[in-house]
Amino acid sequence: MSARLRALQHRELRADLDALYADYTACLDEERFEDWPGFFTEPCLYKIVPRENFERGLPLATWLCESKGYLQDRVVAIRKTLLFAPRRIRRMVSGLRIIGWDGDALETRASYAAFETLTDETTRVFNVGAYRDKIVDEAGALKFREKICVFDSLLVPNSLIYPL
Amino acid sequence: MSHERRWPNIGPSRVPYWVYSDPDLYALEQQRIFQGPNWSYVALEAEIPNPGDFKRTFVGDKSVVVIRAKDGGVTVVENRCAHRGLQFCQTHLGHADEIMCPYHQWTYDLDGNCTAVPFRRGVKRQGGMPADFDLAEHGLRRLSVARRHGVVFASFADALETFEEYLSPPILELFDRVFDGRGLKVLGYSRQLIPANWKLMFENIKDPYHASILHVFLLSFGLNRVDQPNRIVIDPKGRHASTMTWRGEQKRTDDNADMRSLIEDLTLNDPSMLDPVREYPQYTVCMTTLWPNLILQQQSNTIATRQIITKGPNAFELAWTFFGYAGDDEAMTKRRLRQANLMGPSGFVSIDDSEAMAMAQQGIAPAPEGAAVVELDGRSWRQEEAHGVTESQIRAFYDYYRRVMEL
Repeated sequence: MSARLRALQHRELRADLDALYADYTACLDEERFEDWPGFFTEPCLYKIVPRENFERGLPLATWLCESKGYLQDRVVAIRKTLLFAPRRIRRMVSGLRIIGWDGDALETRASYAAFETLTDETTRVFNVGAYRDKIVDEAGALKFREKICVFDSLLVPNSLIYPL
Repeated sequence: MSHERRWPNIGPSRVPYWVYSDPDLYALEQQRIFQGPNWSYVALEAEIPNPGDFKRTFVGDKSVVVIRAKDGGVTVVENRCAHRGLQFCQTHLGHADEIMCPYHQWTYDLDGNCTAVPFRRGVKRQGGMPADFDLAEHGLRRLSVARRHGVVFASFADALETFEEYLSPPILELFDRVFDGRGLKVLGYSRQLIPANWKLMFENIKDPYHASILHVFLLSFGLNRVDQPNRIVIDPKGRHASTMTWRGEQKRTDDNADMRSLIEDLTLNDPSMLDPVREYPQYTVCMTTLWPNLILQQQSNTIATRQIITKGPNAFELAWTFFGYAGDDEAMTKRRLRQANLMGPSGFVSIDDSEAMAMAQQGIAPAPEGAAVVELDGRSWRQEEAHGVTESQIRAFYDYYRRVMEL
């Protein structure tokens, strides 16, 4: 599955990863949520977890998605069922590092920051943390098999509605 | 204060908007309610299993530390050094053999007794505390503590009724439904800062009206709707309450014709999120509000305490502790974790509430002259209702609130 990934030279791999993260955040920043599950494999694991749970080994996640179907259900909720005030969320990713391999999956870490803009307020730092990802090659494209967002800012400013 | 603090003559079916934003009233609430003769939720005993384990939390604005004592008991002290007032404990959870303030190293045992004060006898016969300085007079402020079936409550008041009397028999029975004496297992925490007055959180839970209108997710899947059987219980004083419902079907009937947001063909792409098993007798949902700071949630298989921590008149922290039972098998733990997707700052259901409360505060805060209309099902309240088409729990709450606050 990821033989191509292993064969890539470091510089090419970095370029592919940079493109993956740029495409991922652009998809979310531009609110193309229907495209978001396409960044993941099936099955997959996507979680947003407060640092205090993660560090203590407590299993509760703020978001828990265990399949593409779960990701799609979140999109349906955003589009059809939830009430929420209009907002924009913009995400910045930096310090992307390759940690190693877990079987055929490339393990990466990166810091992220998400900024929130509400109608009558100035833009604020909304959520800051680290991505702990596992990435595989699926038919020539990089996909997340696992994406865990561990956030530092334990107190969520009201609601966390859009993916990180 | 730009308005007159007078309650509308009509009674508890009106709630004047100044109660949600007045800073003087907020200060009085701290005194009379959060430092008054009430049992505030502070912890689950499972969070502090061993002697020396501690949890830092709040009762109203004041930070407190809940400590497992050497004898297995639970001590709750105010998080404020007796010397110069430092908030000595800065971590949510931890373990310590003694308490030491970092500023001048005044030291206390796990019961809050002062055990050491550096330079108490001076240095080279110079300085030191006066000869009559008595360590026993300089302990940490201790709170009264009540424990029941693994849950810890505390009060700044010295003399108050027992926890069991405080709850009253019908509410105690519902408390014991979830906390039946089995060991608990903490699954994790969620914290959100909601930009709204703390009382709006209680009103939200005490309001089965909105659940059938606002929560498209809940009502479409028949998890909680007023056209299903409902039962409401209020304690004799009006301060605590419970709403119970049974799960219904996902279909349109004459009874839910007013629920415009019901989506009959809403389906989950991954139905494993909603795979509840029957765990408790009778009702599938039981939401209990305990004056002055706790919501006890049992929504199918998610059980959680939601602690209200006031942060000024215009905001509160909602601190969620999700838990299960020590004897849960892996499948049950998985089920609880999956269903937890409905709750918390990202909950499929509770996002609606936190967003609606923020919008309410935005409308209310600049309009102290206005008042909320709380007339669904009448202008008074009874201890028992067999339906959910009612705002009686909110009227009961303000009936009691007015007596406490002398408004």
